[in-house]
Amino acid sequence: MEAIVELRNVTKTFAKKTVLDSVNLQILDGEILALLGPNGSGKTTLLKILASILRPTNGEIHLCGVKVTDQNVEKIRMESTLVFQKTVLFSMTVYDNIAYGLRIRRATKNEIDYKVAQVLKLVRLEGFEKRPARKLSGGEQQRVALARALVLNTRLLLLDEPTANLDPKNAAIIEEAIATTNRELKTTIVVATHNMFQAKNLPHRIALIEDGRITEVGTSTEIFGRLSKTLASFAAVENTFAGTAKISENGSTLIDVGNSVHIVAVAKNVGEVTVFVSPEDIILSKSRFESSARNMFKGKIVELLDMDSVVRLKVDVGKTFTVQITKRSFNEMGLNLNTEVFLAFKASSVQII
Amino acid sequence: MNMLDGLIAALQLSFSVDPRIIEITLRSLFVSGSAALIAALWGIPIATIIAMKDFHGKFLIKTIFNSLIGIPTVALGFLLFLAFSREGGPLGFLRLLYTPTAVIIGEAILITPIIVSLATTAIEAVDPEIANLARTLGASEAQASFAVLKEALEGIFLASIASFNRAIGELGIAQFVGGFIYGQTELLTTGIWIELQLGNPRTSIALMIILLTMVFTINLALNAIQRMRGREWKPLLNLET
Repeated sequence: MEAIVELRNVTKTFAKKTVLDSVNLQILDGEILALLGPNGSGKTTLLKILASILRPTNGEIHLCGVKVTDQNVEKIRMESTLVFQKTVLFSMTVYDNIAYGLRIRRATKNEIDYKVAQVLKLVRLEGFEKRPARKLSGGEQQRVALARALVLNTRLLLLDEPTANLDPKNAAIIEEAIATTNRELKTTIVVATHNMFQAKNLPHRIALIEDGRITEVGTSTEIFGRLSKTLASFAAVENTFAGTAKISENGSTLIDVGNSVHIVAVAKNVGEVTVFVSPEDIILSKSRFESSARNMFKGKIVELLDMDSVVRLKVDVGKTFTVQITKRSFNEMGLNLNTEVFLAFKASSVQII
Repeated sequence: MNMLDGLIAALQLSFSVDPRIIEITLRSLFVSGSAALIAALWGIPIATIIAMKDFHGKFLIKTIFNSLIGIPTVALGFLLFLAFSREGGPLGFLRLLYTPTAVIIGEAILITPIIVSLATTAIEAVDPEIANLARTLGASEAQASFAVLKEALEGIFLASIASFNRAIGELGIAQFVGGFIYGQTELLTTGIWIELQLGNPRTSIALMIILLTMVFTINLALNAIQRMRGREWKPLLNLET
């Protein structure tokens, strides 16, 4: 596969703060590349530069063999499109939102009607054309935003944490639409994520990014297969913990991740490991409860983040876990900062990476 | 005639088809409407630049426009009178003093800070990522700016209506540069004043009723539109802030 995008020594500074530092990266035609890194590592800035809506302070970008300059930037933008992490919609109907880019490309009315209907089917929002986009639920809004990008069929599709704030159902629809687009249209996709599990399963290659630098690039097997120092240092990535695994007397794998937190896993690993638990797999309760889950911890809520239909909570149990629950559960349980809660998750939900 | 009879007579006059009353009302609408249009034509591009561009002195310019919202109409009217004066005024050669054109220019200047300040606030309130969204969907810089303006349209519309309200209700400029030329420059506000001076309180009251009815009707219509859109109505403008 040949490179569709090439970044050469790309640096971006904002008010003397270096956000990207000499980034060199090739993105191959038709691949899904995951940019994996903690919050604040420079993923969004890199995507905006790839989308040509932000110009680098130094360095060069070549898209489809053409060097991006101030003169050709508006034309080159047509080759790529970015879906933002925070859903941004025009205050128009779903149809008009999706038609926006097609109209700029001077598509005919019939062509727009056909393409909008097709893409709405892909994101499972058939019949939503006339609905005001901003009145939809958070998950539906993000699907409209994805549809608006997919309909343009650009050579390069850039996705910034496309499922970060979504419930599992909406996240699954979006992941499926991304995979289908790549498989059927051979669209090159760059997806920024700090979700280890998504990074492991969706992309062909992974680029690790930390403090504005690309530290490693490789296939999923290469990156997760060898326990890289970079990956181990990704403690900042949510629910990812480095620790030491041993097989306990009863035959289960026990991972000591520090601060007296021991996680039980199914996989039989020993020695230094990094584990990941998806926030959606964690059950939250205000009291200790009987369950088949092998992992149960008591802790306090230290952070709350309202994400429209879901609420993300950070719970300190000695280590900080991120948990995602629906807004309804959150309200019914009467949770607040410093509320004492119990976390539970199955040993089979623990991914050793 | 007691006060009640006077009021009834004035009400009858307000809703009569008195050609003079109709002429004054239409002239007022034309003068204030033209002033609002001119102020919008230059004010909205200024607001767009202030809201969307980063430049040195931006804060100062915003502060100046905000401060000018409260300029006393009598002061601005007097300054314009001096400027348009045919005896030594720098713009005297235009021979505009005591014409509707002079009032239109004066009112347009008066309401420019209102439209610039309110439209700037409306544009700044648009999600800053809207311009980037338009760009990443293929828009040029001009199309991206237009997308932002479209999102701020409701605020810009309200700014225009607020400025129209200010123009139609002001007296100082209309008095100083329009004067009271019968059949030529008489407006609702100047009419209220001069008819009272001439001993015709009924006509004054009738003109006042028309002026208030117009302003209230415009605001009520806006209120209804806002309610239909399911949004909370906020007063159009606090002129003292």
